[in-house]
Amino acid sequence: MGEFKVHRVRFFDYMPTAIRAMAFNAHTERLALGRMDGSVEIFNFADRYFQEKVIPGKDSRSIEALCWVGGRLFSAGLNGEITEYDLETLRPKYSLEAYGGPIWTITSNSQGAHLAIGCEDGTVKLFEVLEESIQFERNLDRQKGRIISLSWHPSGTQIAAGMMDMIRVFDVPTGRAVQRLLVDRGFGGSKSRETVVWSVVFLSDCTIISGDSAGKVQVWDGHTGTLVKTHLVTKWDVLALSVSKDESSVVVGTSEGTVIQFQFIAPTLQQQQDKEWVRTRTFKNHTHDVRALAEIETAIVSGGMDTQLVVRPLLEKFDERSHASALRKIQFPHRNLVFCAKKAGLLLFQFPGQLELWRLGESDGHGKPGDSLPLKRKPEKLLHLKRKGEDHICCSALSSCGGWLAYSTMSSVRLYRLQTDNNDISISKVPKLPKILRSAHQLCFSSDSSKLFAASSQSSVLVIALSQSECKYVHTLKPKSGSRQPIHLMTNSVDGKWLATANSDCEIHVYNVQKLKLHCIVPVYGSCPSAMGIHPTTNNLTMVHADQQIFEYSIVEKQYTDWSRKLQKQGLHNLWLDRDTPVTHVTFNPKNPEQILLHDMHMFCIIDQSLPLPDQKTQFYNQMTLRSLSEQERPSHLHAFKICKTFQDLLSVSLLDDQSLVMVERPLLAITCQLPAPVRQKKFAT
Amino acid sequence: MAALYEGFTLCGLVQTQNASDSPIQGIELDGDSDHAVVTDSTRSVTLYKVSDQKPLGSWTVKQGQLLTCPAVFNFQTKEYVVVSDNKVIRVWKDEDLNLDKAFKATVTADVWRVHSAPGGEPVVLFQRGAVRFLDSLLSAPQQPVEDVLSEEEVIRWSTNIVAEEQHFVLFTTEQKGECCLYVQRLNPNTLQKYRLEREDSGASPLSFSASLQDKHLNLLYLYPNGCVYQSVVAARGYVGLEGVQALPRSLRLMVPVGEGELGAASAVALDEAHVAVVGVPHPSARTGKDFLCIWNTNFQTLQAGKEMAGRIHGQVWCYLGKLFVSHGKALSVIPYECQKSSLASALGKLRHTGLAVSKSSVAVPSWNTLLHGDQPQGPTKIVETRKSKLSRKSQSAQALTVEQVLELIKTGPVDEVQREVEALVSRGDAQDLQLSVGQLACHLVARSQAETAFYTPVALAQLVQTQFLCHSVCPGLLLLSLEHKDYFLCQLCLQLFPDIPEVVTCACLKTFISVPDGDVEMVSLEPDSVSFMEGLVGARGGQQNGFSPPLFEEDSCDTNHQPKPPQDKKNHTLQLEACPVGLHKAVLLNEVLQTPYSDNFLLPHLKDLDTQQVILFLQYLQFVYLKYSQDVYTQTPGLRSPTMTQIIDWVCLLLDAHFTVLVMAPDAKGLLSNLQSFVKSQVKLFSELGKIESSLQELHKMKLSKDISQYSIEVIELF
Repeated sequence: MGEFKVHRVRFFDYMPTAIRAMAFNAHTERLALGRMDGSVEIFNFADRYFQEKVIPGKDSRSIEALCWVGGRLFSAGLNGEITEYDLETLRPKYSLEAYGGPIWTITSNSQGAHLAIGCEDGTVKLFEVLEESIQFERNLDRQKGRIISLSWHPSGTQIAAGMMDMIRVFDVPTGRAVQRLLVDRGFGGSKSRETVVWSVVFLSDCTIISGDSAGKVQVWDGHTGTLVKTHLVTKWDVLALSVSKDESSVVVGTSEGTVIQFQFIAPTLQQQQDKEWVRTRTFKNHTHDVRALAEIETAIVSGGMDTQLVVRPLLEKFDERSHASALRKIQFPHRNLVFCAKKAGLLLFQFPGQLELWRLGESDGHGKPGDSLPLKRKPEKLLHLKRKGEDHICCSALSSCGGWLAYSTMSSVRLYRLQTDNNDISISKVPKLPKILRSAHQLCFSSDSSKLFAASSQSSVLVIALSQSECKYVHTLKPKSGSRQPIHLMTNSVDGKWLATANSDCEIHVYNVQKLKLHCIVPVYGSCPSAMGIHPTTNNLTMVHADQQIFEYSIVEKQYTDWSRKLQKQGLHNLWLDRDTPVTHVTFNPKNPEQILLHDMHMFCIIDQSLPLPDQKTQFYNQMTLRSLSEQERPSHLHAFKICKTFQDLLSVSLLDDQSLVMVERPLLAITCQLPAPVRQKKFAT
Repeated sequence: MAALYEGFTLCGLVQTQNASDSPIQGIELDGDSDHAVVTDSTRSVTLYKVSDQKPLGSWTVKQGQLLTCPAVFNFQTKEYVVVSDNKVIRVWKDEDLNLDKAFKATVTADVWRVHSAPGGEPVVLFQRGAVRFLDSLLSAPQQPVEDVLSEEEVIRWSTNIVAEEQHFVLFTTEQKGECCLYVQRLNPNTLQKYRLEREDSGASPLSFSASLQDKHLNLLYLYPNGCVYQSVVAARGYVGLEGVQALPRSLRLMVPVGEGELGAASAVALDEAHVAVVGVPHPSARTGKDFLCIWNTNFQTLQAGKEMAGRIHGQVWCYLGKLFVSHGKALSVIPYECQKSSLASALGKLRHTGLAVSKSSVAVPSWNTLLHGDQPQGPTKIVETRKSKLSRKSQSAQALTVEQVLELIKTGPVDEVQREVEALVSRGDAQDLQLSVGQLACHLVARSQAETAFYTPVALAQLVQTQFLCHSVCPGLLLLSLEHKDYFLCQLCLQLFPDIPEVVTCACLKTFISVPDGDVEMVSLEPDSVSFMEGLVGARGGQQNGFSPPLFEEDSCDTNHQPKPPQDKKNHTLQLEACPVGLHKAVLLNEVLQTPYSDNFLLPHLKDLDTQQVILFLQYLQFVYLKYSQDVYTQTPGLRSPTMTQIIDWVCLLLDAHFTVLVMAPDAKGLLSNLQSFVKSQVKLFSELGKIESSLQELHKMKLSKDISQYSIEVIELF
């Protein structure tokens, strides 16, 4: 197969932000995740936890809680606003000031007709959910002290509110507080501190379960207002609570990073009738506060300060081992944050607040496989471009010649001309962009840098012609399907003829850029494409989906290629299908048209289409075996998938025009190092 | 010796409703040596990776069902087996997630336990005493099961033992206070019943533990009064006796029980000599019966003890060097180690390993090997001796037999004795010499002691050099050589005898120190040690490269307090470079330094030395110490030389013995202050070492993550 020179890049200081809130929509199987920087991510749990959509954050926005009403997503935050999101344009639809100070929580009743928010000023405000907006209805009796957490009784007639040192139960029709449950303070030094009831749930049998800052999970009888049972689960805070749909199980998240499950079961075998809430399992998958939690049908989903989303399957709900019964940790976004100018050897890193442009180092040495070559020139940071305005950057692009750079926020697109002569770099903003180009979900330059494609609303693509003097709007490519979903992937061919787009409806459209019209639609596959690329010589479109399937589609012939059919017929190897991170980038080797380069977080793979496909009995990860074999024996053991796991925590892999690979790694350890210190825990022998 | 290491918690325990019940039913081994299968007292079985303290899998039966026997691992089929609700046998594999979907079979009688051991098929023991192989039982679950035990007899404990070809199931029963042991042999099946001797108090044993040692089944059991008894049942051979036999017992250990009787306690045999007991009081800690102790049953000594927090459930399991103890709310794993105890290791410092190992390999005659050791090879040896006798007969014209030489020694003249002994030693084969050398030496010594004129230095030296002699074989030899000022022989003895009593060592030391240098210089000594000493004296520290190591004169804290004039120091060092004793004398003293000893026994004899001798010896020790610490001389690895530790130990011993006298003696003043400074420098050295210890450890850790650069260009190859 051969040797590759690899630029192993670790200077991309990508830092995800902490998870603050989550809400699971059982109907659509979508999980909405709110992060500290105000961004919202939508994961499709039906499609291998694929991160379908990202709504970029904004400096002034904060998310304290998320809530689904049907297919609509609402958030509320400490800025005192309620926001509804438009999941098709990936931007807030509207924001509404609630006039109650910072909002701590938002929750809807099970009928989906009302939203209740808990405010700093002690009011619980009810909003009516209308067709296109929400409308303030009334306040419940105002209390002293902030409302931290809320939970509706499933009937919708009562609301439990967690406050400082107490829980209030309100009667919704009258707005009166009917119960007052006093929550004890912690022991010792924390006696003087108020107990914050971080989370409550109100069950249909009128049981109220609360988690508080004294580390207690308490079970209350909502009829009588009496405490039934106290479980002291941690020395620190109990931050999040989530109840399963059948109300037989409650999970709590603590500051120690543990998730503890309570189940409603009979303590002894003899008395099956007297059920009580019993602490059953403890999971420790986080190092920091677990701030957000959801118990879904088959798993516990948790997230917190350590920025990772953990899906912990409940093994008793599975009959056989499969990818769904394995622990999943989602650490990296399922989209590209790194762009590589293949001709110029430049790297563009996208942060929410800035862009960084780096020039790769050089080495003229040669070495044996496994060697590190001496550096002739060190990598160099050429540019640090801070965004304007308070909207975070949602996408960016770098032309392959390194002469153009573009980024988009929710409110504007900016295009820059870059000029590099030897060591000097000059950047000039291109003035007067076409008015129609206001924001983009995806940006991409044609390979000859003569055009800029911008994915706009309703899956349409704006084509902008670029020249030294001006840039002008050419055309809008529109899909025939009339899909309103945003485009999340866009790629064009090297010869400049084809442009392929993929949207969240799993549709892939191929446009003829020269004729400016839709060429064909690739047959829709049930799983969302996570990466795609057009082959430089054959113009075949290679797509990899979230469920790890690979397809190759001939754009010219408008049909799947023979290789793709063969692959589908034989099926992919189980080890390939069981991988738990999606492929995020597909690229090709122009010198060797048989090779397709793919990568996910944990591996980098070259598919050689000339070699036989592995069947289920073949050793799939065979690089080590091949290395140990002699030249003569090797050919009989070769198969198409050449997988290299030397590089871990990969954010990007690309192939420069000089045949060297660029691997951008972001070691998880480096991310962990930058997290704030976790709560102190007594460890063995310390 | 035995030691308990720092333990760790494998898992927490859930307190059961009934406080007296243990939350754990059993711990069994898995196919992997690092796995433990823990069955709790209610519904779940958990597989742990012990070293990581991490559960690998857990299986639970439904609410309402109850596990009634610890899960075991079938080593042949790699499956787990457990019994729920007494009659339902469940079999499942590692990858099965759900126990309810696992294979189930309901049998007709209540099962007591399923037992499994590596190399054997699992067996099922029913509550009424019947035993079945699991395979055959599962193939016909509804087969009738006979009652072996009488109506009121209940099983208290059971185990199985798999030897090479034999498979035993042992269980003990109790009926109206009477305990019985059943030994069920499988293939062919025989059942033997033994009655355990009744304890006076009428109490029944708290715990049992069985092991197979030397083809005997050893049963160890602990009574509430702290007695640990052992009973032995022959494993081999069919015992054709019908009916019940009485089982003889021997008391292995009396564990002190403190006040009252033992409640929840358990004993398990670790090896032939060690027993681990849990739930007993520690003899030196008055309160509480919550200790885990390892006792040596041979010497009745407590080897190690550890307090276990929380209530002890009287359960202990021992697998592969680890003890599993359930206590309080945790199941702890405590690694232990038992070494063979020997008196030698308990008393006295052993000869430095690594030094002259080859020389002292067969030093002490082992009576075991002489008397019993080679029994299996008996016949062949006889043939050999016959052969040698034959060959000896052919030689008898010239040479004498051992007996004849012994006769000769009693009366013969020196020259002849010397010649004959030489001849005997040079032609004899090792086996014969082992015995005869001792006899010869004893006779020679006896004659020499009787007749002052008779002394055969060459013959004796030859005998010693065979390395079959030791001090205890011929106690007079060393003193005799001292008496005759035969320093060469003294040196040989000191080098080769491993068992010189401290009093003799001291006598040698005294003689060596007080002997005038002139006397010794003439004596020829073992060349290696002389050349070592020559090297030491010859090496001129600080002059070879102009660097004088600051170990001695610097002492920054010292100089800070009371700055000394630099000239003084210089004189000081120069003065110390001269060796205070002659070369050969130094060689002999070195031999004393390297002799094994025990502080307690040496100390009283050291007091016999007079002040001048002590000062001289200390000066010599100081000289060697300085030479060593200057480190200019290069130590030849092959040479026998005293180690730094030995020198320091001797200095300490001498100071301990004579400190008060030395303080008063005016000429010892400089010496003492010097010694103090070198103690200081040692202390400083160790504190410095202590300081960098953690840094060095960090270095060790860093090795792993060498590649942490932000950017590199590498070459990879794909095939």
